[in-house]
Amino acid sequence: MRIEYGPVQSRKESPQNQASEHLRYIRDVMERSASFTAVPGWGMVTVGVTALLASWIASLQSTPDGTLLIWFIEAVVAVTIAIWTLRRKARKCGVSLTSGPGRKYILTLAPSMVAGLLFTVALWQAGNQDLLATLWLLFYGAGTITGGTSSVRIIPVLGICFMMMGILSLFLPPVWMHLLLALSFGGLHIGFGLYIARKYGG
Amino acid sequence: MGDKIFFNSMRVLRKNLDPLIHARVRLGIVSALAAGETLSFRDLKILLSTSDGNLSRHTQKLEKAGYIECIKSFQGRMPHTEYRLTPKGNEALLAYIEQMEHMLQVARSVTADQNNFSN
Repeated sequence: MRIEYGPVQSRKESPQNQASEHLRYIRDVMERSASFTAVPGWGMVTVGVTALLASWIASLQSTPDGTLLIWFIEAVVAVTIAIWTLRRKARKCGVSLTSGPGRKYILTLAPSMVAGLLFTVALWQAGNQDLLATLWLLFYGAGTITGGTSSVRIIPVLGICFMMMGILSLFLPPVWMHLLLALSFGGLHIGFGLYIARKYGG
Repeated sequence: MGDKIFFNSMRVLRKNLDPLIHARVRLGIVSALAAGETLSFRDLKILLSTSDGNLSRHTQKLEKAGYIECIKSFQGRMPHTEYRLTPKGNEALLAYIEQMEHMLQVARSVTADQNNFSN
């Protein structure tokens, strides 16, 4: 039987170095694998529930500024829940959130989030708030797709669903905004979160 | 002389290594599955940065040996393949890690002996 040598390709290296290299490789793959699946399903469900609540409260607001304030509070709450549950699950899996795919996920998601925030401020100052739902759905979707490339397959699929909702919102009147946001930030997070929690242990 | 004994003992230890796990991609597959509950073919491909053909060849070997279990299903109309580590595969990985640690211990003790002798 032909044996292919593992992480160390050179046979001239000392056996001690080879053995430690193999052990390092095992540890590295295990760490990457654990953070790859360290997506907090229950965290997503919680974010979905708070988003449903936020869209209901936002729909009761009489002014666009009031609606925006509710969604801003929801964004802060959602980010806090996401970071807390992500850290909790990463710790449970024995991996660091700031290394490997965890860091890659945050670094690829963050630019879209920052761009979305800046565009929100710009649209709000221009008094054009009809496009806010579209903007949020498209930016969040784009960020989730790119961030999800270093995670399990279901994450980019979630991003595609958000982008599709964003595209759909372009063809719907602004009064549908609350329903669309409830269906996407609420419904999609709850649905995908339950799937992830069942499949990847929490 | 000491070096010769050392390299001979290392050769014996290496001969006892499980050839199924000693290959890079297969060691990666088993290690990745030991950390994650189940991983799809695509997940493994990303994690190990390997090609479809290469991964398929190695997963087949591990499956044949009973180290991993393949779960085939359909997602809509698309076939979906997932892998899970079997208890036999888990045992093989633990044994491999133990052997590697043993090799390290032997190498360290020989180095320490050599240092003591030269002092």
